Amino acid sequence: MGSLFRSEEMTLCQLFLQSEAAYACVSELGELGLVQFRDLNPDVNAFQRKFVNEVRRCDEMERKLRYLEKEIKKDGIPMLDTGESPEAPQPREMIDLEATFEKLENELREVNQNAEALKRNFLELTELKHILRKTQVFFDEAAPTLTLTRSRYQQMADSQKDEEQVQLLGEEGIRATQQGQNLKLGFVAGVILRERLPAFERMLWRACRGNVFLRQAMIESPLEDPSNGDQVFKSVFIIFFQGDQLKTRVKKICEGFRATLYPCPEAPADRREMAMGVMTRIEDLNTVLGQTQDHRHRVLVAAAKNLKNWFVKVRKIKAIYHTLNLFNLDVTQKCLIAECWVPVLDTETIQLALRRGTERSGSSVPPILNRMQTFENPPTYNRTNKFTKAFQALIDAYGVANYREMNPSPYTIITFPFLFAVMFGDLGHGSIMMLFGLWMILKEKPLAAKKSDNEIWNIFFGGRYIIFLMGAFSMYTGLIYNDIFSKSLNIFGSQWRIVYNTSTVMDNKVLQLDPGSDAYLQYPYPFGMDPIWQVASANKIIFQNAYKMKISIIFGVVHMIFGVSLSLLNHRYFRNRVSILFEFIPQMIFLIFLFFYMVLLMFIKWFKYSASNVAPNSSACAPSILITFINMVLFKAPNEPTKNCEAYMYAGEGFFEKLLVIIAVLCIPWMLLGKPIHIMRERKHQNLKPIEPVENGDAEVGLNAQEHGGEAAAAHGHDNEELSEVFIHQAIHTIEYVLGSVSHTASYLRLWALSLAHAQLAEVLWNMVLAIPLKKSGFSPAILLYLVFGAWAALTIGILVLMEGLSAFLHTLRLHWVEFQSKFYVGAGYAFQPFSFEAILEAGGQAATEE
Amino acid sequence: MALAALPLIIFTVIWGVVGIFLPFVVPKGPNRGIIQCILMLTAACCWLFWLCCYLAQMNPLIGPALNKNSILIIAKEWGNNIEDN
Repeated sequence: MGSLFRSEEMTLCQLFLQSEAAYACVSELGELGLVQFRDLNPDVNAFQRKFVNEVRRCDEMERKLRYLEKEIKKDGIPMLDTGESPEAPQPREMIDLEATFEKLENELREVNQNAEALKRNFLELTELKHILRKTQVFFDEAAPTLTLTRSRYQQMADSQKDEEQVQLLGEEGIRATQQGQNLKLGFVAGVILRERLPAFERMLWRACRGNVFLRQAMIESPLEDPSNGDQVFKSVFIIFFQGDQLKTRVKKICEGFRATLYPCPEAPADRREMAMGVMTRIEDLNTVLGQTQDHRHRVLVAAAKNLKNWFVKVRKIKAIYHTLNLFNLDVTQKCLIAECWVPVLDTETIQLALRRGTERSGSSVPPILNRMQTFENPPTYNRTNKFTKAFQALIDAYGVANYREMNPSPYTIITFPFLFAVMFGDLGHGSIMMLFGLWMILKEKPLAAKKSDNEIWNIFFGGRYIIFLMGAFSMYTGLIYNDIFSKSLNIFGSQWRIVYNTSTVMDNKVLQLDPGSDAYLQYPYPFGMDPIWQVASANKIIFQNAYKMKISIIFGVVHMIFGVSLSLLNHRYFRNRVSILFEFIPQMIFLIFLFFYMVLLMFIKWFKYSASNVAPNSSACAPSILITFINMVLFKAPNEPTKNCEAYMYAGEGFFEKLLVIIAVLCIPWMLLGKPIHIMRERKHQNLKPIEPVENGDAEVGLNAQEHGGEAAAAHGHDNEELSEVFIHQAIHTIEYVLGSVSHTASYLRLWALSLAHAQLAEVLWNMVLAIPLKKSGFSPAILLYLVFGAWAALTIGILVLMEGLSAFLHTLRLHWVEFQSKFYVGAGYAFQPFSFEAILEAGGQAATEE
Repeated sequence: MALAALPLIIFTVIWGVVGIFLPFVVPKGPNRGIIQCILMLTAACCWLFWLCCYLAQMNPLIGPALNKNSILIIAKEWGNNIEDN
């Protein structure tokens, strides 16, 4: 039987591994990914376990690799990702790896340090070069003629735009220069960040009371800050002052503003010489710097080739030691003991993997895999493929199935897209969705290889098969609804004819065709809705509501009956005869006698009443199904029929309906009391004969418990429960079911509501947007049409396909989780999480990208 | 009674083939059960959906109410001439 219908049979195994072989065996099992290990030392904290040291070494290696990765990314070197996964290396190779990483890291750190020192040096020299170049101008200008200085001061003062200061400065300036002929002017030159300059200037002015003279010039090209690699703009300045006191003050201020001062010789000849020296040194430095960068690049390129590979290796080693930490040491210290959950069908493969591991490690003693008895609930393991995975994820999002419980996902594969399509039915929108899904399926491999971080895209891509099926079914339902972008197709020719003559047509604004006359050809449109309804703007909705409400209820009731039938399979599998007798049968009767009967009434109405029929079966006599149903449940006689009509749809209806309701109501106490009373009597029975062996007999316990672990657990469950609890439990269950049947049936009306909303929205969009230019003729509406089509297409995709699709998706999800699964699904199990390198590497890769 | 036999037979046969015949010829393999389940459910859903639509229109209780423009366009486009008298 297909494995997806129920979860895999699992068994708890004990695994004895030779100490030397343990590493290789666990590595093989990790490649296989079919074994879930249990923690045998839950009390031991993480730091006291056996292989803490190894795990720590792996962590250290991983840190180094991350450092390398960061440096590689900084330089923009492409990393080779072959996508292959190398086997976990032998433990002794770990030392080699460690040494390699250590060497690489040290080399890189050294290179980086050197590069930084060189860059700092380079910066200093460049700044000095600029200073020498710029100050040359200042010194040239400083030929101390009075008028020149004056005018120069005037310029500066102008720029400051402060009249009072101009005066002051001018006088002082004059004085300074006059004295300057006697006293020697001192100066300092340096470089400062450009944005600090105004504050620096102000501070100098204030602190030295205007007794210093500052000239500055911008360095046009940005300089690189060696500490963080940023590009910064700086300015050269030179300050002239007089006397040592001012000198110290100026130097202090420079220090405070982090300005770098450089020695600058006074004599022009010295300066020229110095400039030459600086130039040659810069050139030398450039060559050295280039070589350093080359070296770093080479190291990184070599590392980039292997980086992914190393990551995989290190992560695998770490995972293996983590797993080994879960194991128990044998008393003799020669053997590791593990406990694990294993799918029964795969024991053979696991044995093989263990043997391979032993051979690889060269150990002579084979590992031992022992099946164990347990009363614990095994984990739920559904073997999925890429197609069923997404559907299984939808189910698991609600709750992981109990062990060996009926799994709803095989049925969901079709019912989910189908119910979605009932709400989303439109050939146009459906084909857009289908094509999108198809594109993702066809481009599956290249798209999957990209590994995008975009969450929304990943959701779409993960659900590509769901999207494809939803689109395909929407196309079918769209054909049946005869809706394509709110218009319809007339494939087979409408079954309605216009029988009115010209004058009638011309005189009346709205004309209704009479279905009893020749206007209706008496045979329905063979496939889907007659296209005439799409243009019947006056009463299209009335007709379609009647139809869509009915199909919502019909499909809802069928869906629920299907759900209840699945519970029968569950009860039979777990040999739960009591539940079949006191739950399944009354539930089925209740559902069929009330709600399926209503569905039958709908069919009867479709067949029996027609506009072309005479009195008792004419269209005027057609009863409302809803009113009939309400009257039936309330035991009310139908309203007095109008002339010539009959109160009931068929003879004996009144009696038959009363009978159905009475039986259905009797099902309630049956559900409510049956099971608890049965359990009560059974217990009394057991108390009378206390020494009798367990049902199965001692010898068989082992076998049966293995095959039907779930059943045994279920039976045990009832024994421990208080009887009052059993009653309360059953009461809740019954009330939930009875009220649920009513509310769930009504809940399926959302199929009608959403389908109506979707069709109406599409029609409004067409009429309000695209129809406007289409209704006009001429040249300018054509251009308008071109633009409006863009808007219409964008709204169609954005609102009708995406948003409406999302809303229909959520409603479908609810219909499955609540209305369908509540009939049979418990979903209180826990998922099987095998030790698998694949999963670990995927998780590791994702964590790395998030950082 | 206005149940035309032909469409009923055609669509029942089509979906019958999908839902009853095809499941027997699904190749053996680990996914056989799933494919059978998919085929049968698809056929059941699609057939019932078509049937409901067909039956709902079989004996219409009301006729479409059309406005003048629609009538004239139908007359022109669907080759349904309006008599003068």
